[in-house]
Amino acid sequence: MTSPLEQKLKVTGPVVITANRLGDGAVVYRTRDGNWSTRLDDAAVVSTAPAARELLAGAVADGLSAVGAYVAPVQIGPDGRPEPGNLRERIRCTGPTVRCGAPAVAPAITIGL
Amino acid sequence: MYIYDEFDRTLVAERVAEFRDQVGRRISGELTEDEFKPLRLMNGVYLQLHAYMLRIAIPYGTLSSRQLRMLAHVGRRYDRNYGHFTTRQNIQFNWIKLEDLPDAMADLASAGLHGMQTSGNCVRNITTDQWSGVAPDEIEDARIWAELLRQHTTLHPEFSFLPRKFKIAVTAAAQDRAAVKVHDIGLRLHRNGAGETGFEVLVGGGLGRTPFIAKSIRPFLPKRDVLSYVEAILRVYNQFARRDNLYKSRIKILVHDLGAEAFAREVEAEWQHIKDGPLALDPAVVAEIAARFRYPEYARLDDDPPELTQLRKADRRFDAWLCNAVTNHKVPGYAIVTLSLKPEGGAPGDATSDQMDAIADLADRYSFGEIRVGHDQNLAFPHVAQRDLPELWRALDAVGVATPNVGLVSDIIACPGLDYCSLANARAIPVAQELTRRFRDLDLARDLGRLHINISGCINACGHHHVGHIGILGVEKNGEEFYQITLAGRADERAELGTLLGPAVPYAKVADVVEEVVAAYVELRERPNETFIETVKRIGVEPFKERVYATH
Ligand code: SF4
Repeated sequence: MTSPLEQKLKVTGPVVITANRLGDGAVVYRTRDGNWSTRLDDAAVVSTAPAARELLAGAVADGLSAVGAYVAPVQIGPDGRPEPGNLRERIRCTGPTVRCGAPAVAPAITIGL
Repeated sequence: MYIYDEFDRTLVAERVAEFRDQVGRRISGELTEDEFKPLRLMNGVYLQLHAYMLRIAIPYGTLSSRQLRMLAHVGRRYDRNYGHFTTRQNIQFNWIKLEDLPDAMADLASAGLHGMQTSGNCVRNITTDQWSGVAPDEIEDARIWAELLRQHTTLHPEFSFLPRKFKIAVTAAAQDRAAVKVHDIGLRLHRNGAGETGFEVLVGGGLGRTPFIAKSIRPFLPKRDVLSYVEAILRVYNQFARRDNLYKSRIKILVHDLGAEAFAREVEAEWQHIKDGPLALDPAVVAEIAARFRYPEYARLDDDPPELTQLRKADRRFDAWLCNAVTNHKVPGYAIVTLSLKPEGGAPGDATSDQMDAIADLADRYSFGEIRVGHDQNLAFPHVAQRDLPELWRALDAVGVATPNVGLVSDIIACPGLDYCSLANARAIPVAQELTRRFRDLDLARDLGRLHINISGCINACGHHHVGHIGILGVEKNGEEFYQITLAGRADERAELGTLLGPAVPYAKVADVVEEVVAAYVELRERPNETFIETVKRIGVEPFKERVYATH
């Protein structure tokens, strides 16, 4: 497998480093102080390839707290806070777009025939 | 029901202990992720978008009520109260924590359940007709052969590091309910002209990026030779397949590149060396496996008892359910009942822990404690006395699994898609949910007849979209979700790949387009009982295309 550090980084806008937490797989973001947070608000946002690479290098070096670190796009919202940059990242950030589990029981007998 | 022996129990228990140690070493940092990943995959543990996912095999789709209760327990204790039944007779839990996995696996193991052969480049969980052992049109119980193959391939050193994953399906009925033609190896048990039973061997089927329908390489293989022949196929595959290219490493590519005849010659040559060796099956071994499949002590009952006929007349809703979800059984007075996991607005194949518990209780009362899991993401009770059907219907309805839509337009097969899966391009579940709302009218659904919609969130095709009567494939275009639609695929004994309707359509338009296709079918069918695929076969996709792309 190619290490994320060896992959060519194209950074065209604001990005963050994201990964999955080792213990439970939860989505986490790399913070400015070199920790991980489950809140995108806490993420370090960078906009250049060298800055992203440096942030990623720190994240990858910490192979124990989180796994599969990569660079993900964000958009800066009107209030200056980062928001997920695409649908995949939005779903990672806020969870499935569908209710978990089966829906409330919809007995067929009551469905009109 | 199949009774596992001591060997299986020890194997599963040892695997749990080994995995507990591996998880401990990963958490302590002794193992890196690169070292740990192949180990967790061997036990069916994936890392998905938001959490770890545990995939558990349900060999040949047969579950005891005790096992189903265990799945309910795992959902409740370690997950978020539900599980997802897949198209390969597996169940997936989507939210399990790494540190909880060893305990969850130990609990599962206590009921004979495990995640072995659900991931990695090995022979995967072998699938069969979910009605094996009870279907009136079968020659014999296909699970006997699936079990023999399972025992032979589990942890087989030669087959633990294949070029890619390897899927085998077995059917023994005239109607193929196991989709054998889209598997790496499909085995179809049938009777030859001389009245002997043996296997037609099909090879190189599969969906995904490069879909193929399997080619028949041997019309009739005596039963005694099934292990040696499968071994010969796997050896040829192991020797010649492309290990250098992930996209070309499945056996379907090898069979295609070599040609089915040349491939068959290689297999036959290899087979000559081993066919009379230790893999030749001793009938006593087969009989011993067969004896481990226990059938209930059926009562002597008549078909169509009066209480059934009366309620059918009195209650149209019961009649509708019976016509749709209840199938003939081998034994007079009994029936096979399909439990629809496709309620309106539901995620296809999802069941809550409460539902699983309730279904397990009902299976004890009405189905000799046995449940089946089909590749259609529905469940079935294989041994129901027909006289119990009215009571069972009410009970299943209260659990939410009596929607009379089995095999109809709202009985949609869908993979988890972008809501869960890290490989996905687009969502599948909300598309399915919207379609179940559009086609909520069961009178309309019945009028449409057999119509299977299959949805996959990416080209890996876990939702088997290529073989859906209407296939929907999620693709990504400039960061947006788009869907390609194919028509007239089918997964049965006359399996075919669907034909592309036209350019992909955006998320918001998919349900409209499907409705349009269905409306066109209603107008274009020759007679009310011409099925959707028959109509498309007769007139091609053009008339559908014109209609859909004229309006969108
Ligand atoms: S088809 Fe793709 S999106 Fe769906 S479950 Fe399979 S890999 Fe995931």
